[in-house]
Amino acid sequence: MSPCAWRPAAVLFVLVLLVAGLLALSLGVGSTGFEWVTRLFDDPMAGQIVLDIRLPRSLGALAAGALLGLAGAVAQGLFRNPLADPYLLGSASGASLGVAFALVWLGQRPLNLLLSSDWLMRLGLTGAAFVGAVGAVLLTLALARGVQQTLRLLLAGVIVGVVLGAITSLLLLRVPEIMQPMQAFMLGNTGFVGWTSASLMGAVWCLCALVALGAARGLDGLSLGEATALSLGLPLGVLRSVLVAVLALATGTAVAQTGLIAFVGLAAPHLVRGLVKTGHAWQLLLASLTGGCLLMLADVLARGLTAPQELPVGALTAVLGGSYLLWLMHRRGSLGGGA
Amino acid sequence: MSTAPLALQARGLSARLGERPVLHDIDLGLRQGAWTSVVGPNGAGKSTLLRALAGLLPCEGEIRLLQRPIRQWPARERGCTVAWLGQGEQAAHDLRVLDVVMLGRLPHRGWLAAPGAADHAAVEQALRSTQAWAWRERSLGQLSGGERQRVLLARALAVQAPVLLMDEPLANLDPPHQSDWLDTVRQLVEQGHTVVSVLHELGMALQADELVVMAQGRICHHGPTAAPATHRALEQVFDQRLRIHPVQGQWVPLPVARAESTPHPEPS
Repeated sequence: MSPCAWRPAAVLFVLVLLVAGLLALSLGVGSTGFEWVTRLFDDPMAGQIVLDIRLPRSLGALAAGALLGLAGAVAQGLFRNPLADPYLLGSASGASLGVAFALVWLGQRPLNLLLSSDWLMRLGLTGAAFVGAVGAVLLTLALARGVQQTLRLLLAGVIVGVVLGAITSLLLLRVPEIMQPMQAFMLGNTGFVGWTSASLMGAVWCLCALVALGAARGLDGLSLGEATALSLGLPLGVLRSVLVAVLALATGTAVAQTGLIAFVGLAAPHLVRGLVKTGHAWQLLLASLTGGCLLMLADVLARGLTAPQELPVGALTAVLGGSYLLWLMHRRGSLGGGA
Repeated sequence: MSTAPLALQARGLSARLGERPVLHDIDLGLRQGAWTSVVGPNGAGKSTLLRALAGLLPCEGEIRLLQRPIRQWPARERGCTVAWLGQGEQAAHDLRVLDVVMLGRLPHRGWLAAPGAADHAAVEQALRSTQAWAWRERSLGQLSGGERQRVLLARALAVQAPVLLMDEPLANLDPPHQSDWLDTVRQLVEQGHTVVSVLHELGMALQADELVVMAQGRICHHGPTAAPATHRALEQVFDQRLRIHPVQGQWVPLPVARAESTPHPEPS
């Protein structure tokens, strides 16, 4: 048995422990500060808060982070580029545009919208974000005329991102009242995740992870270049289509439920590769868990740092993920060379 | 030329890269169990020909692999039959050497099957034959250019395919490892494998059984390496700027100074 064979399993074990620890911690953190979760159940009211608000929220953060981590690992493998992130195919700007349209459409009291508990409103925004994200990816695919040329796909993604971003900006300029809820969406938020969203994200993660694990061998082959992968008899066309679908679904679902959370999808696969050299099957699984851990940690900090106020979780992931990448860059000399 | 069955056969083969035609109407038959080297000046279409023969490039005309049209081969079966080593392929830096070479076994395994004993044996044998076994736990990013090339070569050998196509396999290799490569190829050919290599090192190419001389997307000559006609064709595509000399039972190309070479019109 080579010494590297047990390493991914060890990392998996540590990550699971970390998830459990963060979950226990996060249940005790709220607008009232920190209290051990076991003590909270003495008070039925507090117990209710833990079960109905904090637990789904933490599990939702885990699932959203896992979706982004998975999507990041898929994107970096598929595009053979360590700087690829889940929003590469335009899903972020598509979701923003969807939300902006929905806000204009729904029109009423937009300032209170994200603070109101009107679930119909939330559902409308979630749906708009999802439709926008998936629509943008489809637009990118149409512009790139399919998935067969990776470079064209990347360029089309950039173009779609810029154009949709410009339309969103125009909307914001015309209807300045939606500025604040838009900003809240763009910074990401785990605060509104209930049991429905959490279980939806969990289910989508299971589906995406299963499909991606099935295609992991194709990602391994692709790491030697497209021609070599083709010469090994891998069905590249099918693989690309399936992986782009996974990327779109995972990203769209996460963005729809939690807004644009920065850096988790980019940093999670890097963290995993820094810890262990392994094939894509392990990478996909570990990147998911790492993404989940990152977002849970950011969520705990967002709740606890300035309680009873809350920080936008996306701002925290940007700071956490960004500083990690910076550290990685300094340690390895160059990101492209070492990653 | 002997009448051994053909491993690879091209008829009316044309290919283009983007809008530019690179191969024009090529007819070629490569003998089974022989080592053929493809040589020619830069831009002659050597690499494109190799890609087309491997079935990696959409092209016009017909290509037959072991007498069967290459389009009719199921992808995985073709993957087991033809191993291909590309030129300057960018491999991810954080891959472990052992994992890279194991990728050569992909076509032999079921879609979700774990590598078996035969796969591990093939990987070890391939890594040992390129003297890369010692770095099996390192990642590609920790190796020099020549060392990486030996790992990629081992990846192609690990396929254990009856037909092996290599594009510039000697890039970055130092002389001892070039000789090792030569030994490996000769051993493969002795075992009945077919080897086709695109080589810039003419001295190495002249060690092959047969030479295919290319220029401007066409095949100028195809014949045994020892034949004088092959040498004349070689001298001609390189503008008479080299001569092939026999040295100690081997053929060696030596450069010719411009003053000695006969004047000729510049190719357009």
